[in-house]
Amino acid sequence: MSYILAWEALPLAIVLSSFVPGIAIMFLGEEDRRLRVGLNIAGATAKLALVAVMLVGVAAGREYAWRLEVLPGLELSLVGDALALLFVALSAVLWFVTTIYAIGYLEGSPNRRRFFAFFSLCVTATTGLAMAGDLFTFVLFYEALTWTTYPLVVHRGTPEAIRAGRTYLVYTFASGALLVLGAVWFQVETGTVAFAPGGVLDPEVAADSAGRFVLLFGVLLAGVSVKAAFFPVHGWLPIAMVAPAPVSALLHAVAVVKAGAFGVTRLLHSLYGIEVAWQLGVALPVALLAAFTIVYGSVRALGQDDLKRLLAYSTVSQLSYIALGVALLAPVAQVGGLVHLVHQGLMKITLFFCAGMLAETLGVKKISEMRGIAQRMPLTMLAFSVAALGMIGIPPVAGFLSKWYLGMGAIQAGAPWVVGVLLASSLLNAAYFLPVIRTAYLDDPEGTFDDGTGRRGLEADWRLLVPAIVTVLLALGSGVLGGFGWSPLGWTEFIVDRGAL
Amino acid sequence: MIRDPAHWSVLAVMAPLVGALVALRGRPVALRAGLLLGALGSGGAAWSLARAVRAEGPLVYPLAGWGAPLGIELLVDGFSVVMLAVTALVGTGASYYATAYFGDLSEASVRESPAGRGARYFAPLWLLLWASLNGIFVSGDLFNLYVLLEILGLSAAAVVTLAVTSKATVAGMRYLLVSLAGSLLFLLGVALLYIAGGTLAIGTLAEAGLEGPLPLVALALMTVGLAAKTALFPLHGWLPPAHAAAPAPGSAVLSALVVKGSFFILVRLWVDLHGGGTREALLLLGFLGAGALLWGSLLALRQRSLKRLIAYSTVAQLGYLFILFPLLYPVAGGWSADAWAGGVVHALAHALAKAAMFLAAGSMTYAVARDDIRAISGIAHRLPMTFFAFGLGGLSLAGIPPSGGFVAKWLLLRAAIEQGAWGWAILMTAGGLLTLAYVLMVLRHALDRSETPPSFRPAPRRLEWAAMALALLAVALGVRATELIELLAIGSGGRLP
Repeated sequence: MSYILAWEALPLAIVLSSFVPGIAIMFLGEEDRRLRVGLNIAGATAKLALVAVMLVGVAAGREYAWRLEVLPGLELSLVGDALALLFVALSAVLWFVTTIYAIGYLEGSPNRRRFFAFFSLCVTATTGLAMAGDLFTFVLFYEALTWTTYPLVVHRGTPEAIRAGRTYLVYTFASGALLVLGAVWFQVETGTVAFAPGGVLDPEVAADSAGRFVLLFGVLLAGVSVKAAFFPVHGWLPIAMVAPAPVSALLHAVAVVKAGAFGVTRLLHSLYGIEVAWQLGVALPVALLAAFTIVYGSVRALGQDDLKRLLAYSTVSQLSYIALGVALLAPVAQVGGLVHLVHQGLMKITLFFCAGMLAETLGVKKISEMRGIAQRMPLTMLAFSVAALGMIGIPPVAGFLSKWYLGMGAIQAGAPWVVGVLLASSLLNAAYFLPVIRTAYLDDPEGTFDDGTGRRGLEADWRLLVPAIVTVLLALGSGVLGGFGWSPLGWTEFIVDRGAL
Repeated sequence: MIRDPAHWSVLAVMAPLVGALVALRGRPVALRAGLLLGALGSGGAAWSLARAVRAEGPLVYPLAGWGAPLGIELLVDGFSVVMLAVTALVGTGASYYATAYFGDLSEASVRESPAGRGARYFAPLWLLLWASLNGIFVSGDLFNLYVLLEILGLSAAAVVTLAVTSKATVAGMRYLLVSLAGSLLFLLGVALLYIAGGTLAIGTLAEAGLEGPLPLVALALMTVGLAAKTALFPLHGWLPPAHAAAPAPGSAVLSALVVKGSFFILVRLWVDLHGGGTREALLLLGFLGAGALLWGSLLALRQRSLKRLIAYSTVAQLGYLFILFPLLYPVAGGWSADAWAGGVVHALAHALAKAAMFLAAGSMTYAVARDDIRAISGIAHRLPMTFFAFGLGGLSLAGIPPSGGFVAKWLLLRAAIEQGAWGWAILMTAGGLLTLAYVLMVLRHALDRSETPPSFRPAPRRLEWAAMALALLAVALGVRATELIELLAIGSGGRLP
């Protein structure tokens, strides 16, 4: 009995593996650097190990579920199934590398205690919402994610950071309020908040009061669309760029934006069910909105001189691939969308790691300052270039697979216009990424890049460089080894084939 | 030891009362002992009564063996128990805070320093207040409630004037006058009810089923009196200056607990005695609550003084407790268990969160020696734990999970949507966002590093811990509220549908 109980609690253990270090760090002194680093690394390692155990178990057909009744009839429910694991595994891996990056990046700066405490809490909320077994739990962690991220966004405490934090909160809390309202309404209408593969909505009930369910869908979608950065509520994302690089990396690759995209997936597949959603006519608008956002984000990225802003608009665009894929009524397209959750994460975190290294090592933040920078930082720019090519969709980097599956799925689903969107987006991606690469490699430097330390050897602090190399290798590996069952693509196919979506 | 569980309800009143007498001695050790006695007695009583009520249902206990209609009756149901419990928790936190807030409580400081003298008066007054609150929660008799209400009002107004500034004196005086007027209206109602029903025991009166205009007039008078004491919009004007002027531990118990005392009696009247009254009357209470929510929040946004901002937030949050009334009775004779649970959980979560915020604000103003939102800029870096406690309390207030406030919001929204009362649902959602706006206004200043406060003295650790503990309790309420809600359904609150 106790043996079974221990396994049941595995999802809880995964959540606690970052929660406990986060709380503990808060009670440490600012100067307890060694202990803090130790706690961070121990937590991140423990999370990786626990996720690995769960992966093996789920692959073998086991299900993990842990529940705690909060109110009579409403429970905190953490479920480790195949879909949840896709997101959890991504966050566990990226949390580990970002922790190392952040330790190097923030070396010697003030308020690291608060930073690392909230950093851990932010990942806790992300893993919690990834494994949420029902809408109540999802909402709980979704809202918790908002406020645990705020201190990270305003970390520098400059007026600009404070303003950005305010914009971030206005967007996210306003949408969060709608999400709560929609969630309660969903419970009243259907009598349940549970997530289930294929949805919990009875098609006949939905057809009978179609108007109400369409409106309810609208409220819930409005609730998740801010974090998913759909046009026209994407505005907070480029502004939140004032945060330190590891925060931007985490925000754009795992935490906040993926919570939104995952929320759209849950809404379409686990609550309404994709067939009912098409029957009600609510899935097509989501696909169209996502398609428009893809093009819009890319157009806005064109001509940005600030590297982080360019990356931010690129995130707006790339993120909507996920929503577009999961909104289509074809399993292959759904695979393409879902797998982009992981692929975009790996590529985008690499890009942000690199941007952070340029800024931290050489103080370079603008593309116009990057002339010939590849000579000074060859590894950084190599990683950057590979990830950027992946974003464009050039094989064998992971982004290619996402686009390929999306395109094939769109044709299957009878929506060939999607292919046009993909092509346009790829061209635009090339139009804003290739000039950056050209500037870095082919242009002559304006002077010598000097970081003032006269450091020899590695081009940047190893704690910054190694994470970027690891993530770019993962992005490359996910593309090259996509045919294997344990690659992100293989796992996503496993989810969709099993009907676990 | 104590065989009859009903004796615990007597202990709930006697322990703080004896504590007050001990504390009157004025020596540091006596102050500590008095506060400890109050905390232990109240906590023990709440715990034991919770067990007894769970096991046996509501307890009715004739004091000294004289039953109704002659003697004084004590009435303990689920609602009483949770209010006793939250009072014990907040009271213990505030008492602990008070032992560090007024200086180091040494023999010399209690005698010589102005702050130390504050402690000498605060402890007995607060313990008297505590005793009267506990008394209200266990009373089943209207005259008894009147007497306790009067003691509550007197001791609360006295706590306000402890700050010894002219502002505090004026605010305290005003509070006293409003409070006296409220009590008088209440007493008038009690007299009318006695004429109509021939008894003052709530249970007996309710069974008699009051008919005719007299009880309605009585109810109206008592409601106005209690609404003034609860600072229901538009009778709220006295609250912000009074709660802002009091010493921090005083502000915490005033905002968290004292206003809930008169709210508790309102529930006894409308729910237990009157079974809902008329739809129009309930809607009127709801509309006033809506006015409180909007007006209080808007004024909170305009404040420059930190403690006044929190005080206006109390005005706003009390609005939810009145929006509760129309939601409780979806149709005549109906009963919404969701609304009941949501409303009371809101009251509890607000008590914990608001106390945490006032205590945290007290630490901040202690540190910068000024009560100004701009003066605390950058304090998040100096007093991180206090900042965190304030933030957690504020998030619970706004219904952001995980917190008791979120659970309450979910239940209240569910009740509203189930009844098709979209107006209330949207209003409550908007109220949450307004709450966030003023809470974040404070947090933003606290995080701003562009200007650092001119003066800073570190706050004692004890101040920081007390606020943190209460904030964490507000959060914990959002993780596990099942037992509490089951308890609430027992007895008076749980009139079966």
